[in-house]
Amino acid sequence: MSDLTLTLLRYGFLILLWILVISIVSALRRDLMIGQRTRTGARPARQGSPSTTPQRKSARELVVTEGPLKGTTIELANSPILLGRAQEATLVLDDDYASGRHARLFPQGSRWFIEDLGSTNGTFVSGSQLTRALPVEPGTPIRIGKTVIELRP
Amino acid sequence: MSDVLTAPKPRRNSELMLLILALAAGIGAQFIVAMGAELPLDNGFVMTNGIFAGLALAIHVVLRIRAKYADPLILPIATALNGIGLAMIARIDLTMPEAQHAAGSQAILTAVAMVAAGVVIWLLKDHRMLRRFTYISLVASAVLLLLPLTPIGVPINGARIWINVGIGTFQPGEIAKITLAIFFAGYLSTNRDLILLAGKKIGPLQLPRFQDLAPMIAAWLVSIGVLVFQRDLGTSILFFGLFMAMIYVATGRISWILIGLAMIAVGGFIAMQLFSHVALRIDSWVNAFDPEVYDRVPGGSGQVVQGLFGLASGGLVGTGLGEGRPGLVTYANSDMIIASLGEELGLIGLFAIVLLYVLLISRGFRAALGTKDGFGKLLATGLSFTIALQCFVVIGGVTRLIPLTGLTTPFMSAGGSALLANWIIVALLLSISETARRPAVTGPIPSTDEQPKVLTQQQTSSRRRPADGEVGHA
Repeated sequence: MSDLTLTLLRYGFLILLWILVISIVSALRRDLMIGQRTRTGARPARQGSPSTTPQRKSARELVVTEGPLKGTTIELANSPILLGRAQEATLVLDDDYASGRHARLFPQGSRWFIEDLGSTNGTFVSGSQLTRALPVEPGTPIRIGKTVIELRP
Repeated sequence: MSDVLTAPKPRRNSELMLLILALAAGIGAQFIVAMGAELPLDNGFVMTNGIFAGLALAIHVVLRIRAKYADPLILPIATALNGIGLAMIARIDLTMPEAQHAAGSQAILTAVAMVAAGVVIWLLKDHRMLRRFTYISLVASAVLLLLPLTPIGVPINGARIWINVGIGTFQPGEIAKITLAIFFAGYLSTNRDLILLAGKKIGPLQLPRFQDLAPMIAAWLVSIGVLVFQRDLGTSILFFGLFMAMIYVATGRISWILIGLAMIAVGGFIAMQLFSHVALRIDSWVNAFDPEVYDRVPGGSGQVVQGLFGLASGGLVGTGLGEGRPGLVTYANSDMIIASLGEELGLIGLFAIVLLYVLLISRGFRAALGTKDGFGKLLATGLSFTIALQCFVVIGGVTRLIPLTGLTTPFMSAGGSALLANWIIVALLLSISETARRPAVTGPIPSTDEQPKVLTQQQTSSRRRPADGEVGHA
């Protein structure tokens, strides 16, 4: 094989390597884009239902409605709240069925979201186990072990 | 929040596309090497590459059947790295006497490792079942690490880390890093809260109770102690790094990192005083370009400096595959393969390879972020971190950022045990990423778009509430 073809092949190989890297990165990017499309796709559907739209007032406090800490109220500031048995949690749950760092409530835009932090026994919003971060409307019960909390406007 | 962003799609077709591209890179490199050396494209060439491509596609098919939602990027990256490594080893063989040829055995071992990865993916439907083997893994790690000290161990270059398995030598420490990661993940995910909360608090530092940490310290002492006797600095750093990373990820306490760094400093200082080979390593790192140090017979810096000369002569675009002289460096096809690649592919090619590693590691961490169970999170983090640390130690050593230690470059270095271990790590990461990306079944959901609405309906609640028997203490 002539020297010229070989040289071209060698440069071609470098280009091929970078094509591989770039296509992997773009596949990665597409992975994220698809997620965003489903998110934006979900929003109009929710806005379309009249039952939820008027409820969207920002929550001001967190109330424990069931469990050992029943009656406890926490004022919601603009910072995330950690729920669990760990001492650094905002609401320290004295509950054998709660994990150390069980769940997290955090504000985003005008709403509050709840996210399970990989707890053993799960977090339940309106009776359904959380599999990802979900927005919480005021009045929706959130169950962690024997404790049930609720956001109040 | 991270799981909101990834759509639950199998994406096996993009994996196939990337896999074909990866195979093109790997086999293309082999082809250029063969062309440059004017070797005939005989049956051997076709068979080796055919089996390599066939096995990569076979793993892809296994993923389609058994783990549809697994990460689509991990397999192509591993295949590309392995293919380029095979080509480089074949290329370095051209400069070596017949007896030291490594390409043939490396190709066979690649096939074995890929079959092993396929079997692991096939059998391991759910990575959580590995949690049952927490303590068995600890025993297995100890046995694996002690094997080279028994009579079947073979000392090579002063390090007792190989054993003789009849058909060749095997490095049990490579497998031990997987079993240790399984043990750490299992142990830490069960006892994380105890380690975090129980125990005295001294100043800002929360000290764990001794009995909570004792098995961890035992595991650490076993790995470090054995490695001191085996005189293998690289693996010792790897295990210690794995231990630190996993305990940090499990507890989220920065104090662990500080304690770990202090322990490394103390350990490094003591090792320097006690072991002459460690002191020589440091000296040949600091004074690498000293003619005296360069020519010193045990522990000289010739290897590193020749590697640097190679990298320098490669420049930006490299000399071209088959055009450089990487064979001048000792261990050009194992410890120093990065220098060989840098010489022939140049900075541009080396950066592509480093990026491939970065992407592979980031996909491993992504799987860790996405999976719901603590054990899977810790295992994926630990396994990805071993690859990351290995890359750092090897590439850092070759480029004289840190002292050179004998660790293998994942997927590339000549050496079957490392290949086997790395392909099993890939299989485990794929299996963890499958659980991370698989859409959670939460009752009757018509489409992903309406998931938030369904979650507010009461009718699904009774189905999702776990039965009493399933609820465990946290």
